[in-house]
Amino acid sequence: MDQLLQKLISSDVLVYLIIAVIPLLWVIPYALFAVWLERKVSAHMQDRLGPMRVGGWHGWAQTIADIIKLLQKEDIVPTAADKRLFTLAPFVVFMGSYAAFAAIPFSSAYIGSGVNIGLFYIIAVSSLVVIGLLMAGWASNNKWSLFGAMRSAAQIVSYEIPTALALLAVVMIAGSLDLQEMNRQQSGWFWNWYIFHKFPFVFLAFVIYFVASLAEVNRTPFDIPEAESELVAGYHTEYSGMKFALFFLAEYANMFAVSAIASSLFLGGWNSPFGDFLSGPLWGVFWFLSKGMFFIFIQMWLRWTLPRLRVDQLMYVSWKVLTPWAFVCVVGVGLWVLLG
Amino acid sequence: MTPQEIHDGLKARFGDAILDFKADAVTEPWIRIAPDRMKEVGLFLRDTPELQFDYLMCLSGIDNNDGTLGTVYHLYSLVKKHRLVLKATVTKDNPQTQSVESVWKAANWHERESFDLLGIIYTDHPDLRRILCPYDWEGHPLRKDYKLPEFYNGMKVPY
Amino acid sequence: MIETAARGTTVTASPTTSSGRALRTEEMVLNMGPQHPSTHGVLRLELVVDGEIIVDVIPHIGYLHRCFEKHAEHMTNYQQVIPYCDRMDYVASMSMDFGYALAVEKLLGIRVPERVEYIRIIMAEFQRIASHLIALGTYGLDVGAFTPFLFCFRDRERILDLFEMTCGARLLYNYMWVGGLSHDLPPGFVEKAQDFCQYFKPKIKELNDLLSYNEIFIKRTANVGVLPADVAINFGCSGPMLRGSGVNWDLRRNEPYAVYDRFDFEVQVGRGEVGTVGDCWDRYIVRVREMEQSLRIIEQAIAQLPEGDVHSAIPKRIRPPVGEVYFRTETPRGELGYYIVSDGSTTPYRVKARSPAFCNLSVIAEISRGAMIADMVAIAGSIDIVLGEVDR
Repeated sequence: MDQLLQKLISSDVLVYLIIAVIPLLWVIPYALFAVWLERKVSAHMQDRLGPMRVGGWHGWAQTIADIIKLLQKEDIVPTAADKRLFTLAPFVVFMGSYAAFAAIPFSSAYIGSGVNIGLFYIIAVSSLVVIGLLMAGWASNNKWSLFGAMRSAAQIVSYEIPTALALLAVVMIAGSLDLQEMNRQQSGWFWNWYIFHKFPFVFLAFVIYFVASLAEVNRTPFDIPEAESELVAGYHTEYSGMKFALFFLAEYANMFAVSAIASSLFLGGWNSPFGDFLSGPLWGVFWFLSKGMFFIFIQMWLRWTLPRLRVDQLMYVSWKVLTPWAFVCVVGVGLWVLLG
Repeated sequence: MTPQEIHDGLKARFGDAILDFKADAVTEPWIRIAPDRMKEVGLFLRDTPELQFDYLMCLSGIDNNDGTLGTVYHLYSLVKKHRLVLKATVTKDNPQTQSVESVWKAANWHERESFDLLGIIYTDHPDLRRILCPYDWEGHPLRKDYKLPEFYNGMKVPY
Repeated sequence: MIETAARGTTVTASPTTSSGRALRTEEMVLNMGPQHPSTHGVLRLELVVDGEIIVDVIPHIGYLHRCFEKHAEHMTNYQQVIPYCDRMDYVASMSMDFGYALAVEKLLGIRVPERVEYIRIIMAEFQRIASHLIALGTYGLDVGAFTPFLFCFRDRERILDLFEMTCGARLLYNYMWVGGLSHDLPPGFVEKAQDFCQYFKPKIKELNDLLSYNEIFIKRTANVGVLPADVAINFGCSGPMLRGSGVNWDLRRNEPYAVYDRFDFEVQVGRGEVGTVGDCWDRYIVRVREMEQSLRIIEQAIAQLPEGDVHSAIPKRIRPPVGEVYFRTETPRGELGYYIVSDGSTTPYRVKARSPAFCNLSVIAEISRGAMIADMVAIAGSIDIVLGEVDR
């Protein structure tokens, strides 16, 4: 993709700027769609209808209306809040979520940055979100926000470990940290996907990764940091208007990023499940996005079904359940690869 | 046990603390106790095996409209299944009644309410402050001679 | 407002002195303020916390105090107090009216027709189901399960439709008058009520599958907020709080009023199935099972419903003799007592409402020490308070 653009445009900087913006062209309409989808999914699960009026058919334009409303809201900063941190926090959170898109391949022809430490970079840069959350909680000058931020920081940092270990199992099979390379290795029919390799270890790694990623994005059952019924809205209680919209955008972008990683590493990424049939650079985009949306749908389904875990139970699950089993996966896959 | 038997037992034990007994009251008989002896009577009622009044159903304050205030205790025994009504009457000048909070913890909030709305002071209560009205409200609203204040903290009251 | 003093220990260990003494930290005072999504109304819980562990809870009530007792003394007759009774516990208004009507009828010494007794019981039991649905739905919401809330409200709508059919109101009915009822049952009520009973039985099973036996829900509520039986009795707790602690005490069975002694139902008691006896899960499951028993009572009452005139015993002028009465009934939240003093005129002299939620809430400090903040929400939800009743 970058060679194509370099032929058309002479300036290198402009080329890379365009490449950096292309995921944004997906993330923003996706976020608009995902908020509507969440409201519809939750509504139908709860025996009601959800948005029905705005835009005509099932209220598809509801999120657009909400964004316009948020855009024109007054920008309120609490008097005793730390103004610089307060304003900077949503940007840091969004930046942490969005930067992960640089190393995620949308198709065989497009990857933002083909660095060969792709996965390592993704895990590292998504940890920046924690800094943003802590900034938001502290700068709000609100005890409840502080609680939410503390819990969130503890949760995200703890769940990085089973995440990284589960992904390590896949890296051992692939032999590379570059996601594009991993996707190429999964080409062919769907049984080439990594999730079916070295059964049951990689499947277990997938389950561990999926559960841990729910905690990474603060979704129920791990949404204690933004637990509505306890902390009102946790670390983003004091935010309104566009800053709140940015937090929301960051959350949905993060959801998609982890879903994209799950689909790239376990379900074949942009590969078609039918081998050469329906494959190609543009079809790749379609398959990639559908697999991502499938995981998004499961995340939404889980959110509206399960209650939330208390923070110490959450920690218990991470350290005493997921991490040991993730070790089991790593050792299992490692031995299998070594001996096989 | 019937209220008559309970009264006789109490009279035998406490003598002059038992002031009155109205056996033919509508709808159930009551016993009047001296307000400064409530706690020992309460402990006796709770701990005696034949009585075992372990449940304080209700503790209400009342303004008798003749210069006196009263506290009415409704007791019940879950074990023996009998009930009892006690009354303690005080004057408005010296509205002190001994608290039974150490006997039945249910009395904690009930006595605070009685103090808040009627001004009866319960001695030995661990935390006697207003519960329903704001903490700096003046006056005791449920008294018959209560006049609504004009202003509260600068705000006009009957608005 | 005069606040309680904030507690805190101020000494922290100096970095230059090495001592075996543990680092002493300051306790934080956190306000689960009057406006909070989980306090079920305007309740202020002042939490003194050490990190996430609660050291003390100081509840402040009175935000919804509307002087019910003072109003009652200024009404021109006893019937006019009934709309005020509705508004105390607005979630279970039928039960509030029921208690007051029975208390005044006892003071007057009148008997109501059989039909009135049966209809009152049917309404009270429907109200019990409706109130428990709110308690269970909002409890799920507090713990994080969003969907059962909507399911419970969907089912509650059908009960409210029945009430609206009968007396025109969905929430505050003014239905049970001293000596009778305001309206007789409309035609079609009995069929709709039977339809509801058939409809609702599988819904309880659905609620159990979705929420009650859910692993995460059990982890959140079992062994949390354990209330021992003797503490419950001493604090005057009643209703599902008392029964959840293992005490088999239900006024409908132990001190039957109206015609409750003619019906066959089981009193549900907490047995500590998934945790300790008297924890939040026990109180929750007692409420779920009470709904099933209420359905049984309704079905029996409908089958035995006699004919009659519901207005025939309503006195034209209520002038009770000089005296007083204390009458208690079993509302969904517990034992509601009315202490009514009459001075022989048509106006009540003193009406004191002893509300169950008032006594149940007073025990919150005892059962929350040592719990975590997230547990605080679970405990407050399991007590099932309605602030209108607590503050009157």
